[in-house]
Amino acid sequence: MLQKTISLDLDDDHSAHHHPESHSVFGFWLYLMTDCIIFATLFAVFAVMSHQFAGGPTAKDLFEIKGVAIETAILLVSSITFGFGMLCAHRGNKQALLFWLAVTFLLGLAFIGLEIREFSNLVAQGNGPDRSAFLSSFFTLVATHGLHVSLGLIWMVILACQVLAKGELTEKTLRRLTCLSLFWHFLDVVWICVFTFVYLASVA
Amino acid sequence: MQNPNVHVVKSSGASHGSLGSYIVGFVLSVILTIASFLIVTEHGMATSTAIAVIAALALVQVVVHLVCFLHMNASSQQKWNVMAFGFTVMTAVILIGGSVWIMHNVSINMMSR
Repeated sequence: MLQKTISLDLDDDHSAHHHPESHSVFGFWLYLMTDCIIFATLFAVFAVMSHQFAGGPTAKDLFEIKGVAIETAILLVSSITFGFGMLCAHRGNKQALLFWLAVTFLLGLAFIGLEIREFSNLVAQGNGPDRSAFLSSFFTLVATHGLHVSLGLIWMVILACQVLAKGELTEKTLRRLTCLSLFWHFLDVVWICVFTFVYLASVA
Repeated sequence: MQNPNVHVVKSSGASHGSLGSYIVGFVLSVILTIASFLIVTEHGMATSTAIAVIAALALVQVVVHLVCFLHMNASSQQKWNVMAFGFTVMTAVILIGGSVWIMHNVSINMMSR
């Protein structure tokens, strides 16, 4: 497989910056598409269950739009800071890349912190996932997104350590960063659907 | 600021965009997000109208993110990415639309709604 890609590359690529073409980013894209299906399934469940309150509190009683707005702003800013980091990475600027990764990490951490606070408040009020079908589907969908963001944060730390440990930004590290950037921006796309269809549409 | 001749990594199915595309994407996203929140919090419209409008805004914002942040485009390099994405969208539409349609009919026939 590796030899095949290298020989293919020798045939059709004579550019000054010569590197064997990798398909791992495309493979990661395909993974993201399957992840998309997972989220689509959870959105479908929420759409079906969103009015099954079992006599319990409704979305209008529970959702605080101000908190959601702050979470949305944080995630949106973290998307562009990761973008700045990738631009620095492609220019080979390690220090700037690490700075933007750190900013993105802190923003992601703030997002997760706010989400955990929101969830623990709901559970403390007795409105946990066991309260109604609406809350079960809400927690499943939003927590799955939160879990993805948390794993993205762990991944970010690991990549930052790799960048620190290796002298130069290698092609492999850049490829991994590219995958993580796709993952991070993808989670932002999912969050657009979450704040629109879960939070805003429920209180509109 | 961005030198287009520097392509350190060559990976099939990924371009890395420019500062301009990130800024444009960010500004558009901020405008669309604020519009969505204002429509809901300012209570200007009927519920069904408001939901239709914020759904449309979300769709536009998803496209903005795909183009500006995930760097999707119509180039031949991205052909398979876009094709996989199209298939995923189709699957998601069938999944969500079908579920809502079927469960709506169930509710009507069971007179539970």
